[in-house]
Formats: sequence, C-alpha cells, structure tokens
Amino acid sequence: MGPKIGPKIGVVTFPGSLDDQDALRAIRLCGGEPVSLWHANDTLDDVEAVILPGGFSYGDYLRCGAISRFAPVMAEVIKAAEAGMPTLGICNGFQILCEAHLLPGALIRNDVRVFVCKDQDLQVESVDTTWTSDFTRGQMINLVLKNGEGGYVADEETLRRLEDQGRVIFRYVNGNPNGSFHDIAGICNERGNVVGLMPHPEHNVDSLTGPTQDGRLFFSSVFDFLSAKV
Amino acid sequence: MPKPEILDPQGKAVTGALGRLGFAGMSVRQGKRFEIELDGEITEELLAEVRRAAETLLANTVIETFNVRVEAEPESPEEEPDAEPSEQPDEAEPADEGELASQAG
Repeated sequence: MGPKIGPKIGVVTFPGSLDDQDALRAIRLCGGEPVSLWHANDTLDDVEAVILPGGFSYGDYLRCGAISRFAPVMAEVIKAAEAGMPTLGICNGFQILCEAHLLPGALIRNDVRVFVCKDQDLQVESVDTTWTSDFTRGQMINLVLKNGEGGYVADEETLRRLEDQGRVIFRYVNGNPNGSFHDIAGICNERGNVVGLMPHPEHNVDSLTGPTQDGRLFFSSVFDFLSAKV
Repeated sequence: MPKPEILDPQGKAVTGALGRLGFAGMSVRQGKRFEIELDGEITEELLAEVRRAAETLLANTVIETFNVRVEAEPESPEEEPDAEPSEQPDEAEPADEGELASQAG
C-alpha cells in the first residue's frame, strides 16, 4: 500500500479561470488529492469538497460570475452544496457563488476604481464553517487580495442577518480596500458548508511564493471536517 | 440600472470626466442596454418570457433593476432611418410589435 491519500478536493476550471492550478497545487501541498473538474462536464467525479477558483471566467462578460453560474458543472455544484458538501469560492469563485444564490449579496466594482493587488490583513470573525474551523476567532491573518470587483454589497436586512447569525467569516482590517459593506471579506451560508471570500488562500501556502502560510488552514479545516465525517 | 443605493464607480468616473471637460451639473449613473430580437409577433406571453430571461441572466436583481420595453421596428430601413431611439424615458409604454430593449444596470 502507498502512503495514505487525503480527501479528494475538486477544483473547477472555467474558460478564463486563472487560479485553478494554484488551488490544485495548494490542495496537494496540504495533503489532499486534487481533482481537476471541467466546467462543461456534469459530474463532480466523487470529490468530497469543491473549490471555485479565482480568475475571469467567461471573460467576466455580462457580470463577474453571471455566465459561469450556468455552466453544466454548476448544476452539480449547486446540488452538492445544498446537500452539505464543503464548497469554497475564492474571488471569482465568490462572485459565482453569489450569482448562483448559494451566498447572499453581490460583488461590485471596487470603490477605488482600480484593480487592487496587495497582501491584505484580515480578522477571522467566525470559525463555524467547514473551511475555517482551524482558525481561532479574532485571529489576525494576511492573505493575497487581487481583484477589480471585490466590493461586497447586500441590502440592510441581509447584512443584519449575516451579522446576527455570525456568517461574516473574514473582515478587512487596517483599511477597507474596495468599499465592501461592513468591511466584509468573506461570508458563509447558514449551514456553514459554503464559504466565499475575495482574498486568495491558495496563494498563501508556502514561504517561497507567499508572505504567510495562513491559507493552509482552509485546507486543514476541510480535511479535518471530512475525516471526522467518515 | 444599478439600484440607487448601490455605488456606481463607473458612473462616478464618467461624472468626473464630464466635469473636467466642462460639462457642469451632470451626474451620471451607468447601466446596460440589451437589444433582443424576437421571432414572430410580440405577445404578452413572449414579453413575460423576456422578463424571465432578464431576471434569470441579464440582470442581477440583488443590485440592479431592469425594465423591458418594445421599440417600434422600422418597416424598411429607407422609410425610417432613425427608428431606433437613442434616448427614451425610462418607463416607455410597450408598442405593438418590433424590437425589444431590455435595460439592466
């Protein structure tokens, strides 16, 4: 027998995805088995969790994520996510999750009107999700942030519900880079299995290419969740 | 169109540029316009279908509003060269038949 292989985590590649390879690599580095999923397929290949990566899927035509949300694979992702599969949307993936109504609200153009690319300080606000259980509440972390349309907006009632239910997962600190309401950088669904955030955990998994390795905790969290489930 | 309470950075940029060019007192919000050609006569059912398409894909109703209106189609290009209006009030009444414009922001 070979070494124990970690859980199978799928990463969807849409036309225009950029960070799918980094996400696959991050899964491997953190001990999981990365599975590449193609947007035009209607199967999730028995993965136990799925990541919608960053990039400019379908050229961001119409609105970011608006067309990807109807890709064939998304019907399966939505079904699985609603059934409780851990689902993580990073940047463009977050936009897709909002367009798919798996998460409330929307992402609009940065209020600063320029593409923002920086190492962003964040505060962990909630650890009750399948992707953030290895963090501690109040922990200060730093992740790569790079987007043009990262301004999180939602109506007052939605914001109140997110806050009351502890579904704001990450908040920008030391300055709001894009005009997001309530400094929101990431949120989750009611069940805590679907998480979306604008910063990129997959870019912060080794010291060679990232200033921190804070992204690793996303992967260890979901591995913990999946191994506890069995 | 982006809902009034939603920040419109594009409109803000355009507003700024107009001001710099000397166009005073103009505040811009920027939306989108889709021109949809339909096969056959335009019925209420067909219009409802277009509204459904707008709500499903063309607009994100979390942040945008849209309206659908029917625009008169020229009988032939020679007779009515200016049949496509460049500007119309937001809530134009649907005409009988012709080109349809769905506006989203």
